Amino acid sequence: MTVTQSLFYFLAFVAIFSSLLVVLAKNPIHSVLYLILTFFTLTGEYILLNAQFVGIVNIIVYAGAIMVLFLFVIMLLNLNVQTEPQKTNLIKFIGIITGGIGLVVLTGSLKASDPSNLVVIQNVDMGLVKNLGKVLFKDFLLPFEIVSILFLSAMVGAVLLARKETK
Amino acid sequence: MENITNAITLVPLNHYILLSSIIFFIGIIGVITRRNAIVVFMSIELMLNAVNLLLTAFSAYRGDAAGQVFVFFIMAVAAAEVAVGLAIIVMIYRNNNSIDIDLLNKLKN
Repeated sequence: MTVTQSLFYFLAFVAIFSSLLVVLAKNPIHSVLYLILTFFTLTGEYILLNAQFVGIVNIIVYAGAIMVLFLFVIMLLNLNVQTEPQKTNLIKFIGIITGGIGLVVLTGSLKASDPSNLVVIQNVDMGLVKNLGKVLFKDFLLPFEIVSILFLSAMVGAVLLARKETK
Repeated sequence: MENITNAITLVPLNHYILLSSIIFFIGIIGVITRRNAIVVFMSIELMLNAVNLLLTAFSAYRGDAAGQVFVFFIMAVAAAEVAVGLAIIVMIYRNNNSIDIDLLNKLKN
């Protein structure tokens, strides 16, 4: 087993473990911290796939912007109380069974399909910023501009929603 | 550079699919079983990240850069979604003094 292979399995283990803890942790702040750990392990997976642009953007957008928003809202609402209401055990059981059955179906269909090939990276500098920037601004220019309109409308919507209503 | 690519080639594609489906279904279980709206939101983020990982793995596998551009767009949409969703959560908290999602059944009556 080479270094990158063992690194992949280690990062996969940490990712699964910390994403389980996101769901299981009682305190929402602990959930956010485990979610940040999950994002960092996924960034490691991206870098192992030589997708450096996606890895860096994952750190900047998720761990930088989205997680700060989450932490900010949790601290603003003073939610760090341990005694939040729990769902009944029946609903928890049903949820776990539902998710487990879905996972079993997916892995079963995966086993039934062809035996998998190894991930061979076709061209090495595909995930670099230079190449992805060319693709983004040549083939995907219109979606890129539409995303900016989406951001503008999301910003207007967020300000409008979170504003205190004056009567 | 050649050494890096030769070393990367050793993980089967199935393991990437398995890892992302496990994380995806952990997210689904979180959405179903938790009552705190913020934790539900974080589970949705987990599901989006699982999809991102799968898209990146397939993009590297096929040698097609479009998959990684899609990941970029998914991240942009997720950022917009989180901004609006957290604003909605703040508003729910202001009206209900709680973010328990089981209280949000007022449309039922």
